[in-house]
Amino acid sequence: MGTHSHHHDYNFNERYEFAGKAKMFSIIAVVLGVAAVAIGLLSGDHVTVERTYANLLLMGYYFTCVCAAGAFFVALQYVTQSAWSAGLVRIPQAMASTLPIAALLLVVIVGLGLSTHNLYHHWHGEGLLDQNSPNYDPIIEGKSAYLNVPFFLSRQVIFLGIYSIFALILAKLSYKEDLEGGLTSYKKSFKLSAIFLVIFGFTTPIWAFDTIMSLEAHWFSTMFGWYNFAAMWVSGICCITIIVVVLKKAGYMNWVNENHLHDLGKLMFGFSIFWTYVWFAQFMLIWYSNIPEETVYFYKRWEPEYKPWFWLSIIINFVSPLLILVDRDAKRKQNVMLFVAILLLAGHWLDYYIMVMPGTVAEHRGFGIIEIGTALGFLGLFIFLVMSKLSKQALVPKNHPFLDESLHHQI
Amino acid sequence: MSNTKYILGSFADPDDMMHGIDKLQANNISIYDCFTPMPIHGIEAKLGVKPSRLPIAAFCFGALGTTLGFSLLYYTMVYDWPMNIGGKPSFAMPNFVPVTFEVTILLCALGMVATFFFRNHLFPGRAPRVMDLRATDDRFILAVDAKENADHALIDSLLKEAGAVEVKYNDRKYVSYE
Repeated sequence: MGTHSHHHDYNFNERYEFAGKAKMFSIIAVVLGVAAVAIGLLSGDHVTVERTYANLLLMGYYFTCVCAAGAFFVALQYVTQSAWSAGLVRIPQAMASTLPIAALLLVVIVGLGLSTHNLYHHWHGEGLLDQNSPNYDPIIEGKSAYLNVPFFLSRQVIFLGIYSIFALILAKLSYKEDLEGGLTSYKKSFKLSAIFLVIFGFTTPIWAFDTIMSLEAHWFSTMFGWYNFAAMWVSGICCITIIVVVLKKAGYMNWVNENHLHDLGKLMFGFSIFWTYVWFAQFMLIWYSNIPEETVYFYKRWEPEYKPWFWLSIIINFVSPLLILVDRDAKRKQNVMLFVAILLLAGHWLDYYIMVMPGTVAEHRGFGIIEIGTALGFLGLFIFLVMSKLSKQALVPKNHPFLDESLHHQI
Repeated sequence: MSNTKYILGSFADPDDMMHGIDKLQANNISIYDCFTPMPIHGIEAKLGVKPSRLPIAAFCFGALGTTLGFSLLYYTMVYDWPMNIGGKPSFAMPNFVPVTFEVTILLCALGMVATFFFRNHLFPGRAPRVMDLRATDDRFILAVDAKENADHALIDSLLKEAGAVEVKYNDRKYVSYE
């Protein structure tokens, strides 16, 4: 067994080279995605166009969430002064650095969806606020001080803009630390992270209310924000885990070992349980009080075309991590963690699918070239952008004050 | 034959103590236990300490909590005093979940604490039994069973070579806070 520090053989200037098959696959995936979206948008069929927009929103939101989770991870490590993650923090940093692009894409999707009336038509449409119109909706009128296009779009831009700025500054400070050393960058990062977490904590629920919950604007749930946050955090941890395992399999990052993987596994396990907790809290309160304006949400999801997927989402996102990851050894095995992380990413796609589709395309939902193509396209874009970012810096922040502790991490 | 039961090597530095473990193990001297004022990474593996079985106890207490919580609810809500709450059937599963969950967590946590105290002889009001008082303060203690390892002179010299600041020959296993 290891006695003392034998880490002199680590190469802290190691860089990931993004080339070959990985780059090829990501570019092909983006091309396929663009093709699928083009087929959908140019189909001329109103339902197919709306379905394409719903898928774009789903994946744009998912992509932004995962990158925001990267920024949240980085900030959380500074504020909690965590040491274990110092050796792998470049991965969430790369995800965070991708956030501005993801956010821009989401704002474009949301903006186009609004202007073409393919998204959010429940609160944004002809005559909804006009008392003489047959479309008049007094509930929507009551919410119009909050749910109106200029305020809605400015919230999107402001929230995502703030997250992006903090994400970029935190990454930049860490790169600066590589060159200059010392504690200046770390101390600054600590302060900025604390501010960021407060802003993030208060605004992400609102962001989820806006982007997803307002698709069905009559319905509301205060749990919805935290439910979305849990999904975001779990899928972010899954992405970090997948990148760690893939890099290790390719021979990089030999300073990250089963102890670090174990911690990622605990976060994945714990927050899958937290996701279930929030999901169930939202479900049970609505089920128990049985008020029609609240139950409508689950009523729609219990229609025959959604019910099997509704239950499948619970099985994948709750039962599978519970049974697979409860074991200590499972969290320390690369292949088990890779499998569960991929399963959970698919599971949270399904989770978002069940959030988005009943409020948009409803009974015209489908699973075909548009769903697979859009998901593949965004996956390719994620891989391309994050791995390109990752290849631009050394794989480890070599002057991180807690790096040595991270190398000796043992649980 | 001496009455020495345990030989204790007292170290001021954890690295010296780790070095002492290596030396004793290289000479096939079994180590009874080791006491440190702070956790030392990697020491369990080095000493061959088996992983704790506390999770097994946790699972059993948790399962007991699930059973008790569920039975309590079933007895009160379905069998003994069924009530009409919002027109729901008496045996409505979703509202059984929170209480069953909480009782599971409660019994699991209390059971783990009780098991831990029981296993470590930490009962309220009982003076803790320790082999060396300074192990809770500033010393790192290696204990060797003197009956199992006959060559006391060798143990003494190995411990001192490794940097032990003091080697004690104790006739009693435990000293107590009095």
